[in-house]
Amino acid sequence: MVYERRRGWSALDLRELWAYRELLFFLTWRDILVRYKQAVLGVAWAVLQPVLTMVVFTVVFNRALGVSGSPDADIPYEVFSFAGLLPWQFFAGALSRSGTSLVGNANLLTKVYFPRLVIPISAVLAGLVDFVISFVVLLILMVSFGVYPGWEIFLVPAFLILAIITTLGVSLWLSALNVLYRDVQYVIPFLVQLWMFLSPVIYSTQSIKSETVRAVYSINPMTGVIGGFRWALLGEELPGGHVWISIGVMVVLFVGGLYYFRRMERVFADVV
Amino acid sequence: MTDIAVRTVGLGKMYRIGGHREAYRTLRDTLMQAAMRPIERLRHPGAATHASEVLWALRDVDFEVKQGEAVGIIGRNGAGKSTLLKVLSHITEPTEGRVEITGRVGSLLEVGTGFHGELTGRENIFLNGAILGMTRQEIKRRFDEIVEFSEIGRFLDTPVKRYSSGMYVRLAFAVAAHLDPEILIVDEVLAVGDAAFQRKCLGKMEDVAGHGRTVLFVSHNMQAVRSLCTNAIELQAGRVVNAGEAAQIVADYLTRQSASEAFARWTPGEGPGNHIARLLGLEVIDEAGEVANVVFSDQAFRVRIAFELSRTDLPVGVGFDLTTSEGTVVLQSYQTHADQDRRPQLHEGRNTIECMLPPGLLNDGQYMVVPGLVIHGNRWILRGGPAISFEAHRVLGESPYSRAKVPGVVAPVLAWRNAETDESDPSGH
Repeated sequence: MVYERRRGWSALDLRELWAYRELLFFLTWRDILVRYKQAVLGVAWAVLQPVLTMVVFTVVFNRALGVSGSPDADIPYEVFSFAGLLPWQFFAGALSRSGTSLVGNANLLTKVYFPRLVIPISAVLAGLVDFVISFVVLLILMVSFGVYPGWEIFLVPAFLILAIITTLGVSLWLSALNVLYRDVQYVIPFLVQLWMFLSPVIYSTQSIKSETVRAVYSINPMTGVIGGFRWALLGEELPGGHVWISIGVMVVLFVGGLYYFRRMERVFADVV
Repeated sequence: MTDIAVRTVGLGKMYRIGGHREAYRTLRDTLMQAAMRPIERLRHPGAATHASEVLWALRDVDFEVKQGEAVGIIGRNGAGKSTLLKVLSHITEPTEGRVEITGRVGSLLEVGTGFHGELTGRENIFLNGAILGMTRQEIKRRFDEIVEFSEIGRFLDTPVKRYSSGMYVRLAFAVAAHLDPEILIVDEVLAVGDAAFQRKCLGKMEDVAGHGRTVLFVSHNMQAVRSLCTNAIELQAGRVVNAGEAAQIVADYLTRQSASEAFARWTPGEGPGNHIARLLGLEVIDEAGEVANVVFSDQAFRVRIAFELSRTDLPVGVGFDLTTSEGTVVLQSYQTHADQDRRPQLHEGRNTIECMLPPGLLNDGQYMVVPGLVIHGNRWILRGGPAISFEAHRVLGESPYSRAKVPGVVAPVLAWRNAETDESDPSGH
């Protein structure tokens, strides 16, 4: 093995990342374990958080302000908003965890060598447990409201993968930027909040009538992800051609994030 | 197949310091700088941007470590030792030059990296093992050994935040000790834990070094470097200033570091004393006959006193107190303590006499030689005169248990034997 200064853009070296898959597993496992051990309510928290959010959304937006869910299908707003919250909370939670993940693991970065990608990836994957719990809650909710999913529900994993790719893409940028510029961590909560209003969580994409606005709106990759989840779970109209805009942006964000991260990681240990 | 395990070629590592003391910046600063840079250029054309604010933590470092060698890296704080280990461990990349490594590397730059207080001992063993590069299978296989080595026993399923600091360190080291690399890089991890555990750790490292594994070891503990390492490298301000056999490099280093002045000289007629006897010189001398600021306990040493004498009809005693740096007298010796036929004969004019001190006498630390001149049965000519000082270093014996620091102003290794086989057993059995 030879170590010397690398210049320019680095190759991704996925083989090395694969060699460290056990570390990835253990770090993810640590994040999950610690989160549920520290919280008094433990697993209940993973249930309460989306349920309470859904209740507030329903009362404030649907009942008080008259925001409706899907215009085409006969779906109660409770189920509609929960189906949107499912991928959204995975995204939002992962962003706030991974944004500070490198700085939070500074002692690892300065004392041990491993592919640095492991850190933000494990922060994102740790959200999967919450996701699964939320998913079960959603199924219960659907059954109790008499909404039964079709065969499309088997495509949920495919949209979950899209959600993971989007989340990772953004997380790689934010975590690397936060090492170099510490004020990024203060921007993240604000960013997440704005992003939610720009995503179809509270309202439906179909309430946007103009085709042009919808195309621009689809630049937000979460539009495609949430639309996909609603389609697979609730049979809402398929997002159609616009979903490809979301997927395109997603891929650019993800690949760009990977390369930016790899370029910046060589100074992490020196500046973190 | 080469037998070189680690080779560095022109290795250098530069850090930017100065203006941006904080390593990381804020976005605002960066934006401000980007905006100001063209203006700065206009005001100071040709001025290199912060050219002086760089620090070379390592520069032109070239060395080779053969497979199976144990190499100590020594030097003062800030000499670049830790940076070197980080570059060798691939944690940070060199600014110039290269590192060539043949074999699986295990780095221990800290004990308990990645330990989490909320997790139990058992959970932390797996986590820490994975962080250090062990596979899950390896950890499972060695789990019992690790638990036994750590002596944490029934606290295995207690969160480590409830551990005492001693238990914490023992557990952390236990995991690290069962790492099985071909090249082990260790930074001062032995500076923690109680003496008994430190001995155990050193023993474990000796095992590793003894099994043909390559070890690179940074330490301020010169005894550990001497006893564990075959070779040593001394760094100073990022450069290799001395490299070779460990004992020699350590001795050179300590001698250079020593603030002691193991000699004093005076011109005739002006030294301390009076018209009868007056000092001319006082020195601590090693076996090679050189002035020794540092005395190693595996060597004998001498205190040499030169003085002028105007009368031989008086019983003049020449000698010294050997004291610790705190002033506790370790011993006192005057040439007149020996029988008439076993002491040097004095004559008028210049005399030079020596007191022979045996090896294996002193403990680690700073000692002083305080000269004295006396007319026996009459009065002191000089008492508590101008002292010289030297450092003593205890060199360890063969016993694996003789390593830790021992209390006492002296530290001789005394003889022991079985009393049961001896008829002079005082208990009368």
